[in-house]
Amino acid sequence: MSAFAFWGAVEIGLVYAFVGLGVYFSFRVLDFPDLTVDGSFPLGAAVAAMMIIAGINPWLATLAGMIAAGAAGVVTAVLNVRFKILNLLASILTMIALFSVVIRVMHGPNVSLLRRPTMLSPFYGHGVPDYLVRPAFLLVLVVIAVILLARLLASDFGLAMRATGANVRMARAQGIRTDWQVYAGMALSNALVGLAGALFAQTNGFADVTTGTGTIVIGLAAVIVGETLIRLRGVVFALIACVVGSVLYHIAIQVALEADVLGLQASDLKLVTAVLVTLALILPRLRRGARA
Amino acid sequence: MIKVSNLSVVFGAGTPLEKRALNGVDLTLEAGEFVSVIGSNGAGKSTLLGAIAGDVLATEGRIEIDGRDVTRQPTARRAALVARVFQDPLAGSCGQLTIEENLAIAAARGTRRGLGLAIGKRRTMLHERVEALGLGLESRLTDKMALLSGGQRQALALVMATLAKSSVLLLDEHTAALDPGMAEFVIHLTDRFVRDFRLTTLMVTHSMRQALDTGTRTVMLHEGRIVLDVSGATRSGMGVEDLVTMFRRKRGKAIDDDELLTS
Ligand SMILES: Nc1ncnc2c1ncn2[C@@H]1O[C@H](COP(=O)(O)OP(=O)(O)O)[C@@H](O)[C@H]1O
Ligand SMILES: [Mg+2]
Repeated sequence: MSAFAFWGAVEIGLVYAFVGLGVYFSFRVLDFPDLTVDGSFPLGAAVAAMMIIAGINPWLATLAGMIAAGAAGVVTAVLNVRFKILNLLASILTMIALFSVVIRVMHGPNVSLLRRPTMLSPFYGHGVPDYLVRPAFLLVLVVIAVILLARLLASDFGLAMRATGANVRMARAQGIRTDWQVYAGMALSNALVGLAGALFAQTNGFADVTTGTGTIVIGLAAVIVGETLIRLRGVVFALIACVVGSVLYHIAIQVALEADVLGLQASDLKLVTAVLVTLALILPRLRRGARA
Repeated sequence: MIKVSNLSVVFGAGTPLEKRALNGVDLTLEAGEFVSVIGSNGAGKSTLLGAIAGDVLATEGRIEIDGRDVTRQPTARRAALVARVFQDPLAGSCGQLTIEENLAIAAARGTRRGLGLAIGKRRTMLHERVEALGLGLESRLTDKMALLSGGQRQALALVMATLAKSSVLLLDEHTAALDPGMAEFVIHLTDRFVRDFRLTTLMVTHSMRQALDTGTRTVMLHEGRIVLDVSGATRSGMGVEDLVTMFRRKRGKAIDDDELLTS
């Protein structure tokens, strides 16, 4: 693999690390299987891109993308908590609706950000090649995010969120207003995915509604690959595992695509991802079955 | 002080499975009273505790805790006033969280949960409380709760229930799922905590012996009504035999009353 391809894989892995972190919050912390992310990823990208095109500061534009995506998460949470729609179905409804919303936001299925200022613009052209600037910049953001999220999960508020996902009856008996914890957790989860979308748009130079398809599976892949490789206890390691899982997964995908013997083409990616995640999901069960 | 007035709970009202689990219960607990509750299966004991805690909605009647009407408040809102230990040792804590995380969650019961570190400021206090159990769990504070035995979890659930202030402690057959040795340990621990922290307590038990040996007053429920309420000298003079006899007599009388009403 060329250095260029390798760092490209690291870069996309670090972008999707935010999806992994978001999916960790919905699937693992809240125990809420949330497919909204397939819509909140392109929504974050679309909102950030359109605001950048409108001349707004890229950092603010990214923040706006996160807020929009977080709001999408709240919609799913309200459908489930307030209106008792099954969690998976609630998230599918929001996800489908977002497809239309994203196209409205962009006045079409995609927009280009070529030659527009991005969060990365100030860091280009200082002698470091662009293909290294991008992963370095993303790594700094990811490290900051992991520190903030780990600190959040160690707070009274964070523990209340974890209790909500782990044992809702106990949480209520302890005075935790579990409805609000689900709203907050789903907002946070989808805001992280929206951030990934906004970063994807700025590192790749475009936003496209179709980039959302399969986001959930890539996020789950990051979580599961990370959990399989890093078995240390504690939430800090769980968060780091999401990041490491995402990067390794994308490097592995790159290797698989480049290996001529496998004869894969880029469009096989989703199939490969789905097969990998399926294997990761059923292997522990098969192993348990073999022991029993 | 807890004041339950004319409390009725009907499950599945208007359906063929309609069930009147509580039928006009009046019960007042003075501060510091420790009441044991007995009654056959389906008498309404859990429903009474559930109604006080907020899990079960009152169909009729009123529940006051320390002069506040909590009848319509959801569980989480009145949790500042109510501490609980469930029958199922797995129900009262989160298996995936560590011992100290579970304790920290309980220590914050009834407070606003902000962004302050949950364990940092409480570490010493939590360590001392767990050490005082004498189970050696203080060296395992960062272990997951799921690794503990039912008895260990239930002992910790009692600690959790006493970390934050409460106006009433509700115990629903909290020793029923434990082996005899551990049940004994937990019941002694209950006695000690109730004394040390001067807790107002309502304890459901399946054992008449336990009902008489622990607490200051014993109440018997039958078909959603209180049919026996003894305390003081009457109660201290009673043995399990007397209680059983009274239970038979009261139950018979309750049935007679019903027959009078329906005939
Ligand atoms: N959620 C519920 N829905 C319908 N019926 C219930 C429910 N909870 C309890 N009951 C019924 O109410 C009655 C009292 O139950 P419960 O309070 O659990 O009794 P106890 O704890 O004294 O054994 C029983 O007949 C039980 O079947
Ligand atoms: Mg019961």
